[in-house]
Amino acid sequence: MLTATVFLPLAGALVIALLLRRPRAIRGFAIGVTVADLALAAVAFTAYDPQKGGLQLVERFNWISSLNVQYFLGLDGLNAPLVLLTGLVGMCAALASWRIEVRVREYFAWLLVLQTAVMGVFTGLDFVLFFIFWELELVPMYFLISIWGSGRKEYSAMKFLVFTLAGSAFMLVGILVLYFSAGTFDMTVLATKDLTNVVIPVQMVFFFFFLAFAIKLPTWPLHSWLPDAHTDAPTAGSVMLAGVLIKMGGYGLIRVCVAIFPGVSREYAWLIVALGVISIIYGAIVTLRQSDLKRLVAFSSISHMGLVLLGIGSVGAVAANISPVGLNGAAMQMFTHGTITGLLFLVVGLVYEKAHTRYIPDLGGLATRMPFVASVFVLAGLASLGLPSLSGFVSEALVFLGAFFVWGWPTAISVFGIVLTAGYILWMVQRVFFGPALARYEHIGDATLVEKLPLVVMVIAIVVVGIYPAILTDVFSAGINPIVERLRVLGP
Amino acid sequence: MSSIYEPQAWAILFLPLASFVIIALLIRPFLNQRYSRLSGYVTIAAVGAAFILSLLVLKSTLGHEEPIGWVSHPWLTIGDLEIRVGILLDPLTAIMLVVVTGVSLLVQVYSQGYMKGDPGYSRYFAFMSLFTASMLGVVLSSSILQLYVFWEMVGLCSYLLIGFWYHRPAAAAAAKKAFIVTRIGDVGFLLAILYLFLHRDTFLAQGLNPFDITDIWAAALVLPAFAVTWLSLGIFAGAVGKSGQFPLHTWLPDAMEGPTPVSALIHAATMVAAGVFLVARFFPLFQESETAMHTVALIGGFTAVFAATMGLVMYDIKRVMAYSTVSQLGYMMLALGVGAPAVAMFHLFNHAFFKALLFLGAGSVNHATGTFDMRYMGGLRRHMPITYVTMAIGSLSLAGIFPLSGFWSKDEILLEAWRGGGLVNQLVFWMALAGVFLTAFYVSRMMFMTFHGTFRGGAEAEGHGQGAEHPVHLAESPWVMVLPLVVLGVLALGSGYVANPLGDLAGIPAHWFVEFLGGHAEPASLSLAAVSTLVALLGVGLAVLMYQTRTLSPDAVGRALRPARELLSHRYYLDSLYEGVLVGRLFYRGVARFLDWVDREVVDRTGDGVGWLGRNLGRGLAPIQTGQLQAYGVVISLGILAIIGAYLVFGR
Repeated sequence: MLTATVFLPLAGALVIALLLRRPRAIRGFAIGVTVADLALAAVAFTAYDPQKGGLQLVERFNWISSLNVQYFLGLDGLNAPLVLLTGLVGMCAALASWRIEVRVREYFAWLLVLQTAVMGVFTGLDFVLFFIFWELELVPMYFLISIWGSGRKEYSAMKFLVFTLAGSAFMLVGILVLYFSAGTFDMTVLATKDLTNVVIPVQMVFFFFFLAFAIKLPTWPLHSWLPDAHTDAPTAGSVMLAGVLIKMGGYGLIRVCVAIFPGVSREYAWLIVALGVISIIYGAIVTLRQSDLKRLVAFSSISHMGLVLLGIGSVGAVAANISPVGLNGAAMQMFTHGTITGLLFLVVGLVYEKAHTRYIPDLGGLATRMPFVASVFVLAGLASLGLPSLSGFVSEALVFLGAFFVWGWPTAISVFGIVLTAGYILWMVQRVFFGPALARYEHIGDATLVEKLPLVVMVIAIVVVGIYPAILTDVFSAGINPIVERLRVLGP
Repeated sequence: MSSIYEPQAWAILFLPLASFVIIALLIRPFLNQRYSRLSGYVTIAAVGAAFILSLLVLKSTLGHEEPIGWVSHPWLTIGDLEIRVGILLDPLTAIMLVVVTGVSLLVQVYSQGYMKGDPGYSRYFAFMSLFTASMLGVVLSSSILQLYVFWEMVGLCSYLLIGFWYHRPAAAAAAKKAFIVTRIGDVGFLLAILYLFLHRDTFLAQGLNPFDITDIWAAALVLPAFAVTWLSLGIFAGAVGKSGQFPLHTWLPDAMEGPTPVSALIHAATMVAAGVFLVARFFPLFQESETAMHTVALIGGFTAVFAATMGLVMYDIKRVMAYSTVSQLGYMMLALGVGAPAVAMFHLFNHAFFKALLFLGAGSVNHATGTFDMRYMGGLRRHMPITYVTMAIGSLSLAGIFPLSGFWSKDEILLEAWRGGGLVNQLVFWMALAGVFLTAFYVSRMMFMTFHGTFRGGAEAEGHGQGAEHPVHLAESPWVMVLPLVVLGVLALGSGYVANPLGDLAGIPAHWFVEFLGGHAEPASLSLAAVSTLVALLGVGLAVLMYQTRTLSPDAVGRALRPARELLSHRYYLDSLYEGVLVGRLFYRGVARFLDWVDREVVDRTGDGVGWLGRNLGRGLAPIQTGQLQAYGVVISLGILAIIGAYLVFGR
């Protein structure tokens, strides 16, 4: 089941690369593959029983026996929703690529490879497998940005590559240290091991991993790759980056940093929170100053990912008081931000495609020309600023609720971020869509049916989760409760 | 006594919500061109049904001392966090339901005429349905988080409706301002909710849920005193934003950019009433903290006077009304602060009718003259007799003239403040009394400038703005617009009698309203009533002298009091301080600009620098590969030293 979910896109990529020639056929086939993969992901998600909890749908066998490396895929409550998210975002990204005309075959092949890589990162539970997928993701993204991107695309692609690679280098050291200390690459086993016999201080190992994930998330001050990469990537690339790729960082933080190093993450929770609060406020303020529509949305991600850190930082509570609420909020934030910002990038892509500019002062009055796009954009914006009844609010509120009783003042400061968020979102909406209709955009039409499709899918995901978040939190809880249990048992 | 079932109560909320969904997903995309009127009918049907159900609720809550609380439903459960949703029905809810659905219904009927032919007709009614539903959600919620959800939805709808004509830059800006300014208050509200969860152990020890409203009432007695104060102040911050109290009042006058029926709804029954309702809802909490009560009273009293002074000099009829609303909401807050929530709700109840009436009347005037600027009106009473008479009733009611509804509630507020004793209560009493004079003056000035004297040309004389869209045709508005005015006029005449302070009248016992809401009615004071009436008449008299008989020239008075006039017309320069200095200069061009510079020049450069180092380090290090073992040894030793150093730093 999971193997199929992970490798179906890769198989699709091979078919495209080797068999298909006509651009139309390639597009249709690629979209078909992502639809099928979403279906598989949805089946896997629904097949996961949160009541039973634990690992389910496990597929494992020895891969390299001499090194104790396994092929090990499995779902628990933490990654099941993220697999669903990847299917969802992947399909929308493929749909949004309908108008790609340049090197169509390569483009869709890389897009599908990317999806396999991300699925692999989320489901792979053996460190070697995890690391391979983690590195595999870089290749298609690098090409997507540098070939089909815009602006300083080569620079941005290289920057993305260098930053992530720098992080992975540290992660590789961390993985090896863990292997030589505990004799296994199995992440689930490591999460139950008492890591006292590590060859170097366990704090150092923690920070090797932390660095890799913090760059990916990204957190201040390691974020500078993100605005460039998101801005210069093609629409589908930005959607994948914001929608799922940066979630690999948050996922890693919980799956590895918190679950495998509960003691150290408790000890350094203050640092995680500090970085989170700075990211939230600093990110929001810098976002306000952006005049490129896409760059603005990109910057907002830094602020929103700060919430993930704040939620994770809630593990710094006194042992008896550790609550799963903050971690749940962090996990929810990954899902909701994936759909919301994914949607924002989709709409920004449409605006750019039709108006041929992303420079905000040149835009204006587009709501009259493209009412559907404007409505969706406003909805996504409202979700992004945490309007209740849309999904963004739920994750935000959970993070705040979870973090507040551990980190009162830092959380209170972060709450003021909601005013800044409202500021940059509504100001952006006002400048781009409101005001008198401009003559130079007279020719612009609303979204076509194909363009509407991914928007509608995302909107449904945002509204449904916003109104009844328990469909996700019940699952996330099943993955997070064991981690919290261990944190409690561990004591101060 | 009839009883009410839970599905019926939910229906009050879901009927307008369904109307929104039907219009947004069915009528607007698929039927808009041919059946646009349908949106209006669907909305009226839904709100009308909700109104009837609300009356049923009111009937069934009569005689119930305890709130009717059904078992709430789980919404989100994570560990020790349990958020439930449900319905809380008590007299307060019942009164609010009737006010909200009743005023909304009349506004929807009126909108049929006012919005006729607008290209966004369906969108308008979709938003109005959602607006009504959200406000009903606020009123019905049994949990503070559920209330917060609808609270924010109310904010959203006001954003969408104020910015309804989004192609107008002023409307788009006003919408954004409304959302952001109220959100500053919402930070406080949200922090209060977080603070409740912080004290969850206290709640759980008592078997209470920290988010359940009735449980919060119960917990007010067991929570530490400072916690109650902080909670109350946080909740009050939210109310200050929504109810346009100082210092977060600046959004409300700008909110005039929306269609006039929207203003009527915002100013009478939804949005701004939500703030007063919120404080009333958590009154058992406020009551336990003297600091909180004093804060509420002082902010309310100050706002009552402060906003009224700005109403004195405005020329835009809707802006006069807007400052009037801010001021009247101040009265309600004041009443809450001196410990009389029932009286505050009584004033809210009366105010809802006469203020909706005044706004709809202003819309009717605009329909005829094409302008909102009173300098281009005048003499309209001959052309629009019904509008004139109904608005006169509304104005006198607002001014607090016997025997109209506003008189009764304003008087009770004064009475409560007077009898409250203590320095703060005394202070706010005098503030309230000063407000009576100002109110009577500005509302009379509005009536004289609009309806008396000779007509001064309307939009054609104004020569710009909406003149082109709305030609001047001096005539009474169509019946769909006049009918709500008449109904509201009757209510503004009579709604005060539900609290009848004098004696039993037509089946309504004395002090019915106040006692229904669990308040304790003070015996009426004739002398106080006489004083307040005298003060109000003085205000009316001054307006007569200045704007009717012209004994005192307004221009001469304006010149004589030039500095004050400047200060007031510039709204105490607060808007410029907030937007120009604080947000613009200090924040956007100061802090934000600096951080943006830091991001580009420091953080990003460092990143690039590391990359450059990476590329060039290889080249630089190549010569080190000499093959000399000694040199390698030195490097290895350094590495070992570094690792030992790490041990020392991280400790064991």
